[in-house]
Amino acid sequence: MAAAVKQYFRSPMGMTGLVMLLLVVLVAVFAPWLAPYNPKDMVHVQPEEILAPPDGQHWLGRDDAGKDVLSLLIYGARVSLVVGFTASFMSMIIGTTVGLTAGYFGGRFGNISMRFVDFLMVIPDLPLMLVIIAVMGRGLLNIILVIGLLGWTYTARLVRSQVLSVKERQFVLRAHSLGASDWRIILRHVLPLVLPLIIAQAVLDISVAILAESSLAFLGLGDPTLISWGSMLNFAFERAISRQAWWFILPPGFAIVWVSLSLILIGNTLDQIVNPRLRSHHLFDPRGMVALVVGGLVLPRRHEPAEAEQGREAGA
Amino acid sequence: MERGNFILRKLGFAVLTLGAVMVFNFVLFRILPGDPIKLIIHSPRMTREAQERIRANFGLDKPVWFDVERLKEGDILGAFDSQFTAYIRNLFRGDLGVSFATRKDVSDLLKERVWRTVVLVMGGDVIAIVAGMALGLIAAWKRGTRLDAGILLGALFSWALPTFFLGIILLILARGWLPVGGMATPGLKPEDGLEYWLDVGKHLILPTITMAIVFTGEYILIMRSGVMEVLTQDYILTAKAKGLSTFRVLRDHALKNAMLPMVTMIALTFGYTVGGAIQVETVFSWPGLGRLMYEAVQKRDYPVLQGTFLLLAVSVIIANLLAEILYSVLDPRVQPE
Repeated sequence: MAAAVKQYFRSPMGMTGLVMLLLVVLVAVFAPWLAPYNPKDMVHVQPEEILAPPDGQHWLGRDDAGKDVLSLLIYGARVSLVVGFTASFMSMIIGTTVGLTAGYFGGRFGNISMRFVDFLMVIPDLPLMLVIIAVMGRGLLNIILVIGLLGWTYTARLVRSQVLSVKERQFVLRAHSLGASDWRIILRHVLPLVLPLIIAQAVLDISVAILAESSLAFLGLGDPTLISWGSMLNFAFERAISRQAWWFILPPGFAIVWVSLSLILIGNTLDQIVNPRLRSHHLFDPRGMVALVVGGLVLPRRHEPAEAEQGREAGA
Repeated sequence: MERGNFILRKLGFAVLTLGAVMVFNFVLFRILPGDPIKLIIHSPRMTREAQERIRANFGLDKPVWFDVERLKEGDILGAFDSQFTAYIRNLFRGDLGVSFATRKDVSDLLKERVWRTVVLVMGGDVIAIVAGMALGLIAAWKRGTRLDAGILLGALFSWALPTFFLGIILLILARGWLPVGGMATPGLKPEDGLEYWLDVGKHLILPTITMAIVFTGEYILIMRSGVMEVLTQDYILTAKAKGLSTFRVLRDHALKNAMLPMVTMIALTFGYTVGGAIQVETVFSWPGLGRLMYEAVQKRDYPVLQGTFLLLAVSVIIANLLAEILYSVLDPRVQPE
C-alpha cells in the first residue's frame, strides 16, 4: 500500500493530474470567497455592458446578461464536480455489486445480469440520456441519476472478469472449505483484491460523467437553476458567437478539458500501479477489452463492444 | 455448424434487444406527466367531442396494455386491442406518428434527414480511420520516442475534449473562409446541379473535420496497441531476419494483423459516433438526425424524439450484430463455444 502511494507520487503524470484536480476542487469549495461577484445577484446592465470584453473589473469580461464570466466559471466548477463524483460513485456501487455477484455466483443469475449489461452497452448513450432527461425533467438529481444508472456497465464487466480469476485461487478455496460463507468470502477476500482496480476505474468514470453532463447541458438539458460549464457554453453558443465574444466561449470549454484531463491522468496512473497485468501485451482484445491500453496508458471506454465471444465462462 | 449457432445466438440477442428498446420507448413516453392530449390541444375552446375524436385518432381511448374488461367477457383477441399493440403495429407499418411541431409524419422527417447524418458520420469516420491507422502505426513503430509521446498526448487530449466544444473552436477559427452553418447557401437549390452539390460539400467540411478529430484519437490508441502487440510476435522477427525492409515488415506483416481488430472496432464505435453526430450537427446546424433530435428536445416534440431515438438505437444494434458476425468470420481464433 505504502509502496503504491510512493509509486504514485513519483509519477509525473499522476502528480500533474492530482494538482490540476485539487485546484478545481479548491475553486469549487471556496467559490463564494473566490468569485468576485455573486452570479445570483441582480445586475443593472447598460447595453454596452452586454458581452463586454475583459477589463480590470471583470477579468473574463461579461456574459450576455452582463454578468461576470469569471464568477460564473468559478461557480460552474461545483456542478461539474458534484455530478461527476456522485454519478461515478453510484456507478461504482452498482457495477461492483453486479460484477461481484455475477462473477462469484455465476450460473443463470450471472448470465442474465451480463446479458443485461450487453443490452445497456449496445444502446447509444447520449441519445438515451437525452430522451430520458427530456421526459423526466432536467433537474440536477435526474441528471445525476441518468448518468449514474447508465454508467455502471463497464465497471460490472471489469469486476466480474477479475472475480472469475480470483475465486479460483487457493486462499478462496481454503476459506470456503473452512466454512466461510459466500458473502464473507466476497467481502473479506475477493473485494479487497479487486477494489484498487474499481477505484481507478471510478476516477476515469468521473471524467466520463463530467463530459456527459456538459454535453447534456450544452444541448439545453442542464438544470435550469444552476450554472454549469455546459450550460454556459449553451448560452455562449446561442448568443456570443456572432459577437465574437471569445472570453465567454473559451473559458468554460477549457475548464471542462482541464478537469477531465486531470481525471484521465490520475486514473491512468492509478491503473498502471494497481493493475500490473496492464503492462503485458495480452490486453489488446477487442472482444472483452478490460481497458484500452496504450503502452501503460489506460483509457476509459466510453462505449464497449459487446462480447463477440459471448459467455465464454458462461458455465462457470 | 458452430459458427451457425454463434450467429443464431447473436441474432437472437439482437432481436431481444430490439424488442426491449421498443418496449422501453413505449413506456418512457407514456410516463410523461399529465395527459398527452394536452400537448396537442392548444385551444380551450375545442369541444369535448373534438377532443375525444383526437384522443381516438391517437388511439389514446384504448387501455395501455390490455383490456381487462374484455378479457373477462371472453374476448381474448379484443383484449389485446391496446395502445401498446397499436404502437407495435404502427412501427411495423413504418408509422412513427406525427410531429407536434410541424405536423409532418415523423417517418418522413427521418427519411429526409437520415442520409445527411450517414454522409457526415461516414465521411468523418473514414478520415478518422485513415489518420488513426497511420498515426497509430507510426507511434507503435517509434515507440518510446518523442514522436510517440506527442501522438499519444494528442490522442489523450482529444479524449478530454468535448465534441461540441471542438466544433465551436473550429467554427470560430474557420469563420469567414468556410461556411459554418446549415447545409447549403440560402437561395441555392438542388436544381442548380453541380454548383449546389459543391456548396453542400463546402458546408460539410467543418462538421466532418470535427467528427474526424474526435474519433481519430480513439483509433490511434487502438491501432497503436494492436501494432505493438503484433510487433512482439515471432513472425515479425522472422520477417526481419529474412532481411525485409522496415516498410515491408510494417505493411505486409504488422498492418495486416493489426487491421483485424480495427475492422470490428469501426462498426462497434457506431454508438459513440451517433452521440458525436448530435453534438456536431447542433453546432453546425447540419440538418440531420442529430439536429432533429436537438430541435425536438427544445420544442418538446415527443413523437419526433421517440422516432429519432428508435432509429438511432436500431441502427446501432444492427451495426453491432454485423460487427460481431464479421469478426467471427474474419478471425478464425474466435471459437464460438
